[in-house]
Amino acid sequence: MQTIAVVDYGMGNLRSVVNALELVTAGEARVILTSAPAEVLGADRVVFPGQGAAGDCMAAIDACGLREAVLEAAREKPFLGICMGMQVLIDYSEENGGTSCLGLFAGEVRYFGDSHRDLAGVRLKVPHMGWNRVTQTRPHPLWQSIADGSRFYFVHSFYLQIEDDDLAVGKTDYGFEFPCAIARDNLFALQCHPEKSATAGLQLLRNFVAWDGQA
Amino acid sequence: MSLAKRIIPCLDVDAGRVVKGVQFVDIRDAGDPVEVARRYNQEGADEITFLDITASSDDRDTMVHVVEDVAREVFIPLTVGGGIREIADIRRLLNAGADKISINTAAVFNPEFVKQAADKFGSQCIVVAVDAKRVSADGEPGRWEIFTHGGRKPTGIDAIEWVRRMDAYGAGEILLTSMDRDGTRIGFDNELTRAVSRAVRVPVIASGGVGNLQHLADGILDGEADAVLAASIFHFGEYSIGEAKAHMRAQGIEVRDD
Repeated sequence: MQTIAVVDYGMGNLRSVVNALELVTAGEARVILTSAPAEVLGADRVVFPGQGAAGDCMAAIDACGLREAVLEAAREKPFLGICMGMQVLIDYSEENGGTSCLGLFAGEVRYFGDSHRDLAGVRLKVPHMGWNRVTQTRPHPLWQSIADGSRFYFVHSFYLQIEDDDLAVGKTDYGFEFPCAIARDNLFALQCHPEKSATAGLQLLRNFVAWDGQA
Repeated sequence: MSLAKRIIPCLDVDAGRVVKGVQFVDIRDAGDPVEVARRYNQEGADEITFLDITASSDDRDTMVHVVEDVAREVFIPLTVGGGIREIADIRRLLNAGADKISINTAAVFNPEFVKQAADKFGSQCIVVAVDAKRVSADGEPGRWEIFTHGGRKPTGIDAIEWVRRMDAYGAGEILLTSMDRDGTRIGFDNELTRAVSRAVRVPVIASGGVGNLQHLADGILDGEADAVLAASIFHFGEYSIGEAKAHMRAQGIEVRDD
């Protein structure tokens, strides 16, 4: 039986992530919520969620001594970053006056701004909260059986800018288009919350738990 | 623009059962929360809000179990409000599987609590519920005040100043209830909703007064709300969430239909 580690570094509600993984694995996998580096390294696949502010998340990762384990898991096994768990994979976030992150991807995380507007000048609320369409910009095993343009649940005030646009596997539009899902080798990360995105989200998690980690 | 406007059924929960107060007086039982939540999820609700109206603190734990049970099978955002006083209350409900916690009275008596909660758990899970009542005379420009105790006690706080302050303190969303309209079924106070929506950066959920599907559409089109919340029109099977979405879509409102 495979083990799926959900990395718990004290940032946010992980119960839903565990519930959703338990539902899609239907007793065929061991889902553990853990802050122990050894358990992260010993798992067959790793889910790296996160909520809150980037500065707090990075501090919590280090306080739990999880940095090396997360980086190693992200290099070696099927790895799924969710929300803040995606943002901190990048070099740098402008949140909290500038936060140095894990540096697995070249790019920056930026604030939508206090007066975010769409192209027609209509004011957009921040956080970007609710169900938005995800355009699949290239095929990936984790998109299997999910219709292109399906809606996922988002809640975030900061968005991703990556240097290598080819790493994007999904984009969404909120005033402008930004990458909401990125992937490279065994790593897939997304801004939206699959554990809160009803059918499409559960399908993505189902695809993740069956994924061999090949892009 | 492709972010959908949200439709949120609200379940008032008393000692583990869904009820709906009409102006907080005439309460009818509308069923088991897990059953109702499951049905709303199947119908395509975008989120579900639980309002714990349990009076006795002994029954407060019941809400935690309700959330646990619902979160095991319903995979859309769940908001819980009612009686949230302390950081420990928030933590307990988030751990049970809630995604957002709605703070109402405690924010009025201790605004710093909102700041503490947002710092601790992140703005994304802190909703500030605002009960506002019109205090301007007919023909005057609209002016609203914050009320507590189910709309009975005025606080002297101007509603627009209040929502701006809550936004600055880290509220991730405003759940705005017109105490003049709540339970009346004559529609939202759209002038209030619009004034609040324009005053803050964060999304605004309109609440209070829905009696038909056009009221929901009006809350978005006229009230400029980001989401609309209703209880009784859904609980008693008058309208399904799907019918509500079809009605809104027909008026050019973007809704989630997949």
